[in-house]
Amino acid sequence: MDFISILSIFIMACFVGYYVVWSVTPALHTPLMAVTNAISSVIIVGALIASAAAAVPGAKWLGLAAVVLASINIFGGFAVTERMLAMYKKKERK
Amino acid sequence: MLQLLTASAAAHGPVNPWVALAYLVAGVFFILALRGLSSPVSARAGNRYGMAGMAIAVITTLVTHLNADIWEIAIAIAIGAVIGLVTARRIAMTAMPQLVAAFHSLVGLAAVLVAGAAFLNPDSFGILGADGTILGVSRIEMALGAAIGAITFSGSVIAFLKLNGNMSGSPILLPGRHIINLGVLISILVLAGLYTAAPGMGAGDGYYFPVIVLLAFAIGFLLIVPIGGADMPVVVSMLNSYSGWAAAAMGFTLGNTAMIITGALVGSSGAILSYIMCRAMNRSFISVIAGGFGAESGGDSGGGEKIDRPWKRGSADDAAFLMKQAETVIIVPGYGMAVAQAQHALREMTDILKEEGVSVKFAIHPVAGRMPGHMNVLLAEANVPYDDVFELEDINSEFSQADVAFVIGANDVTNPAAKTDKSSPIYGMPILDVENAKTVLFIKRSMGGVGYAGVDNEVFYRDNTMMLLSDAKKMCEEIVKALG
Repeated sequence: MDFISILSIFIMACFVGYYVVWSVTPALHTPLMAVTNAISSVIIVGALIASAAAAVPGAKWLGLAAVVLASINIFGGFAVTERMLAMYKKKERK
Repeated sequence: MLQLLTASAAAHGPVNPWVALAYLVAGVFFILALRGLSSPVSARAGNRYGMAGMAIAVITTLVTHLNADIWEIAIAIAIGAVIGLVTARRIAMTAMPQLVAAFHSLVGLAAVLVAGAAFLNPDSFGILGADGTILGVSRIEMALGAAIGAITFSGSVIAFLKLNGNMSGSPILLPGRHIINLGVLISILVLAGLYTAAPGMGAGDGYYFPVIVLLAFAIGFLLIVPIGGADMPVVVSMLNSYSGWAAAAMGFTLGNTAMIITGALVGSSGAILSYIMCRAMNRSFISVIAGGFGAESGGDSGGGEKIDRPWKRGSADDAAFLMKQAETVIIVPGYGMAVAQAQHALREMTDILKEEGVSVKFAIHPVAGRMPGHMNVLLAEANVPYDDVFELEDINSEFSQADVAFVIGANDVTNPAAKTDKSSPIYGMPILDVENAKTVLFIKRSMGGVGYAGVDNEVFYRDNTMMLLSDAKKMCEEIVKALG
């Protein structure tokens, strides 16, 4: 993909992010931070590519270390978000 | 410049359209994940979308880069999964700000490591030009990604230490810090420019990249050290934003849509949260980042006279009696409730009041606690239904009809000086108008301490205020006893 296409996607995604995040209810701002933290670990894609390339050992080990860190975030981030969201309950109607 | 752009077009090579599509789908799922958070009803479905998006991204990458080393990768993922899941299960809800800061630091460090791997083995990322040098545009993306990642890492580590109490929450001010910070920041940008422009930069060439990373680690540390505990909501949001931009920069390097979309989402999310937090304190982002708020200054003004002013002290029995007679009670929780872990005792108290027919509501100031939405999570943990919990602008007008405003662990966010006293450091900050309630019950550990802003609160001395001097949790438990 050429630079301009990538840049276009990026700019559009910024606008999407702007509108989507403003619609998040303030009560869920903490889960929002936890889940954005989990999804920003999509950086694991780069870590996996680096780990799978054996040509330069140093780069491979950096990649594997990054895979561990990003995995902590992915599993930890989604799990803790799930745990928090499970606590939000509506009033019981009697 | 044009040369740089066209060169990058060739770099990523022919892309399998199915692979590109899979990453795009992952990106869309991440958008849906955030979209779900617009309501507690759809939030859990949103979280599942996030998980699905991540699974798609990871599996697509693994399938397209499948080789004999898959076991090492599987072990790395398994190690991360165990650590992550155990942490997520064990962490106390009151420790959520620290946990989020710690998680941010991991994303930052991962970004640095990935950029480092790209620096050492650019071929694997498809960013090597025909002449064996790393493409210019990729160099700048790599350098920026690594720099933002490194700032996120060291900044988050400091934020974590401050939130976790390993480091004093009060700002640490270095002399000439603005000059130092600005100098380091400019050096990073200049080095990134030099690295991009330098001829013949192949894999691992040049000292620019490592120096940029080191300087960025330093600036993350320098930036956060002078920022006080009360400004942590802004800092945590800002670091959230940075972790997104770091992911986006690496997405540019790889030409990966999932990473770019996610980076943009997370980046704007953190930026918006920072903005909301700043607005709720009526402070500019620059003044928060400049740091120093809550240092030992300005607190002395009128310090001598405030001790002499009369105030009323109440007991748990008084409080129980007043609230039992009340028709409506509005509870204002703050960071003190989190510190005292009083949310469960508080919920017990409200349950009894509700059985007595009292209408009980919760009013949350946007900057109550140490991160956005901190109070909401704690109340949810204590089983307070979320439709009893209201934001500042939705409930502020109701204080004038309320019989009791029950302030637990909050202070600055109720201070009327924000409306009247132009010289006050919190002037202009939107506050909860607790003083309009018929009676204000104010739980505080002692009369000596002032809030983080270091200003005295007029509400303490009003005729309709009763101070309940005790630990927040103990006081709630005593009130429960008195009610029963």
